[in-house]
Amino acid sequence: MFMVKYILRNAFRHKLRALLTVTGVAIAILAFGLLRTLVGLWYLGVESSSSTRLVARNAISLVFSLPISYKERIRQIPGVTKAGAMSWFGGIYISEKNFFPNFAIEPQAFLDLYPEFLLSPEEQKGFLLDRQGAVVGRKLAAKQGWKLGDRVILKGTIYPGQWDFVIRGIYRGAQRSTDETQFFFNWDYLNETLRRTIPRRADQTGIYIIGVSKPEKAAEVAQAIDLTFKNSLAETMTETEKAFQLSFVSMTEAIMIAIKIVSYVVIVIIMVVAANTMAMTARERIAEYATLKTLGFQWYHVAGAVFGESLFIAALGGIAGIFGTFPAAGVIETELSQFFPSFQVTATTIVLQMTAAVLVGTTAAIFPTWRAATIRIADGLRRIG
Amino acid sequence: MAATSDIVTIRNVTKSYRRGNQLVPVLEDISFDIHSGEFLALMGPSGSGKSTLLNLIAGIDKVDSGSIIIGGCEITTLNETELAGWRAVNVGFVFQFYNLIPVLTAYENVELPLLLTRLSRRERREHVEAALEIVSLTDRMDHRPSQLSGGQQQRVAVARAIVTDPAILVADEPTGDLDRVSAGEILSLMDHLVQDFHKTIIMVTHDPRAAEKAHSIRHLEKGLLTDG
Amino acid sequence: MKIPLSYSMRNLLTRRMTTLLTASGMALVVMVFAATLMLTDGLQKTLVATGSPDNVIVIRKGAQTEVQSGVERQQANLVESLPGIAIGSDGSRLLAKELVVLINLPKRGSNKPSNVVIRGTSPASLALRPQVRLVEGRMPRSGSSEIMTGSGIARRFQGTGIGEHLRFGMRDWTVVGIFDGGTTGFNSEVWGDVDQLMQAFRRPVYSSMLFRLADSSRFDRFKELVESDPRLTLEAKREPRYYLDQSEAMAKFLNILGMTLTIIFSLGAIIGAMITMYASVANRVGEIGTLRALGFRRSSILAAFLAEALILGLIGGLAGVFCASFLQLITISTMNWQTFSELSFSFSLTPVTALVSIVFSLFMGLAGGLIPALRAGRISIVDALRES
Repeated sequence: MFMVKYILRNAFRHKLRALLTVTGVAIAILAFGLLRTLVGLWYLGVESSSSTRLVARNAISLVFSLPISYKERIRQIPGVTKAGAMSWFGGIYISEKNFFPNFAIEPQAFLDLYPEFLLSPEEQKGFLLDRQGAVVGRKLAAKQGWKLGDRVILKGTIYPGQWDFVIRGIYRGAQRSTDETQFFFNWDYLNETLRRTIPRRADQTGIYIIGVSKPEKAAEVAQAIDLTFKNSLAETMTETEKAFQLSFVSMTEAIMIAIKIVSYVVIVIIMVVAANTMAMTARERIAEYATLKTLGFQWYHVAGAVFGESLFIAALGGIAGIFGTFPAAGVIETELSQFFPSFQVTATTIVLQMTAAVLVGTTAAIFPTWRAATIRIADGLRRIG
Repeated sequence: MAATSDIVTIRNVTKSYRRGNQLVPVLEDISFDIHSGEFLALMGPSGSGKSTLLNLIAGIDKVDSGSIIIGGCEITTLNETELAGWRAVNVGFVFQFYNLIPVLTAYENVELPLLLTRLSRRERREHVEAALEIVSLTDRMDHRPSQLSGGQQQRVAVARAIVTDPAILVADEPTGDLDRVSAGEILSLMDHLVQDFHKTIIMVTHDPRAAEKAHSIRHLEKGLLTDG
Repeated sequence: MKIPLSYSMRNLLTRRMTTLLTASGMALVVMVFAATLMLTDGLQKTLVATGSPDNVIVIRKGAQTEVQSGVERQQANLVESLPGIAIGSDGSRLLAKELVVLINLPKRGSNKPSNVVIRGTSPASLALRPQVRLVEGRMPRSGSSEIMTGSGIARRFQGTGIGEHLRFGMRDWTVVGIFDGGTTGFNSEVWGDVDQLMQAFRRPVYSSMLFRLADSSRFDRFKELVESDPRLTLEAKREPRYYLDQSEAMAKFLNILGMTLTIIFSLGAIIGAMITMYASVANRVGEIGTLRALGFRRSSILAAFLAEALILGLIGGLAGVFCASFLQLITISTMNWQTFSELSFSFSLTPVTALVSIVFSLFMGLAGGLIPALRAGRISIVDALRES
């Protein structure tokens, strides 16, 4: 009881110093949390991707397409429930600053294979019926101010020309982590236009999205698909959507590793700052600790007081930092929505943040605690006189 | 004086400090006794070793050789932890700069040594109030040290020293930082403790007026006793 | 009357531990700051080195990268016939029609696949890129299934070493040479004969055209000529511009991230410096009183404490830049989102970066030290002496 009172009062003895330290720790923990969230987001696409969906692409690389004639052959492979063509369109809306992912996809496949994109029955019907129909995510629609029935023009980068679309659906995500910033339109519109303008590029798809009957058969089915097209002009490379996403993510891994390292650096920085503060504080109070020992308090009482104070201040900063993370993440989610489809702070991140704060408090306390515990009373007392 | 009434027995105590790679002798072969109920003043110029001797008697410093026996206990054989426990029960301290804990009230400062005992909260309160009564500061018990004058702070320190009812009080220049009036009050208080509560007080001092109040005086010079 | 600088120095020396810890906190922040600048510089350096200003690249209008672009054969012939293209020493035009595609190659060791640029080249391709030279083996013979690989690729990807084979487009390709592209992006490419590759990949169109102008200053007129021709749905860019545009998003991302981090981190370091300087002032109140009583002015006291904070910042800055200089040994390779191909670049420490980092550190010292120093200057003699 006394120890708690003593630690609390000590922590606020230098109000300004305590305030500065708590602020410092809070900022560091906040930054740490945001960086961890950022790293988590990188893998979000991987985590939210389904393991019951397969992606087949050209074995050479994504730049190469697959003939549309493969669709029927894939469908006949045992274990395959559905298959649909999908192409990365890479269109630009007004200017490059308005970047959002846009794909051409067969509407029926979209509705069947992506249960996580929620649309009303009318919207579904609208998308199926309109050649130039497009379905967009809720966040994207809100950002661009699009409503159902609006006309939107994208400028093609891979497929030259101006492309006209009508918004037929605005989807919501089934989960909070579902990406609501994407733009899908009817693959037939792309293909029919290409037949007229660049016939040699028509009847080709970037990838096939394939549904399997049982997730545990995914690997087997993927192998069967690749075997079917072995030694043909366009060999396929089929993997689960997760693996497909992961291959993208791993290509930018260097940046993620850098961000991870930096997130540790910020903790080290604040550790140094807190250690310095605690050392300074303990040094100023060494006579007081010697007095306590003179009165008969044991080394562990004194050590506990120093350690507890350090931990308390760090924990206070940690809690402040964690509380700050939510509004900060909210601001990022609204202001930078084109980069981050969602900016969700996970429970793991919070645990990591608190662990980091405790670690800061502990590390900062090591040296001063040891000093306070081992100080010879006679030396400690002499400091005053 | 009869040997049986001796509360402190000091035999052949030697102590030196290391300064750089030089060994500086502080106390050389000191032997003397202090009997129960004595008010002893240790005097001597700066660096004579009087504070070191006081620290050794109080069990906050270790002898190089020799023995100190207090109330039948040879404290020179105790380890760090045992010494701390021993101090809590047997010795009360008064320092030149009071050494009160600034974040605690007068009451809490006095209560400190009792936290190491098994006393209940209510018993502690009785003890603290009694001790504050003796130093006549009952009305100031909720004040922080910074809200008290030097003399009042030293009285709180005295209350803290006697709250566990130890047989011995050690005081290192208790009047060194006080004005004349306050110093007088502290000395009367100490005299009162010896007379009415049969405490043994060992006091290091420079102040001749303080020494006057003591029953006996020992002089130290360059680590040696020059009298007695 | 001024207080000598040695007073501030000694004070820092006396509290070695505190000084060391505060300075190391600042050094870490300076390191992050410098690393950000170094990374952006490194990226820039790679991109600028990749393009030569006299070269012009032609791609399809609207395509941002060679990979997305397509140049039909008739279009290529039209461009080739335009006046103003430089003639090489062998009498032919310094113009290369190239194919650029990505292939997925597994890395050595980890077996993780990554996109690698494969470039179909013409005889003039090498002459147009003086930064690229053959370092091992020989040039691929035209009309054969021979390829050469950049030294950045040969080390890291399976089947790309000399004498090894790659299989794509239903053919085996033999690596006969290794070229060194220095710090340029070409260092991470595979080169082979353009016609062979077009056949193998069944691509009837080129990706881009690269040529040198006889008179570089006439670029604007040439651009006008290309872009106004209705038969050519193409656009012309100077080569360095093209590469800068291509990595704009990456550069911007690194910049924004780095600057945000630096700002947040520097707050931590400034707080650290502030705590230290406050304690430094608090511990020396008596001393300050004495100095004032001796006749030193408030401004001198203020200056002495500011000097202390600045020295602290200087130590942190120097240490930070020193540590950051070792980052130059690291090469980052990552996927460029705009091209989907590998991009590798190193940290590059320029004198400007070093200087800016140290100034930044001094600023942190100043920001942390100013308020405590003001407080030191404001202390009244009487209060100070009483407190001691």
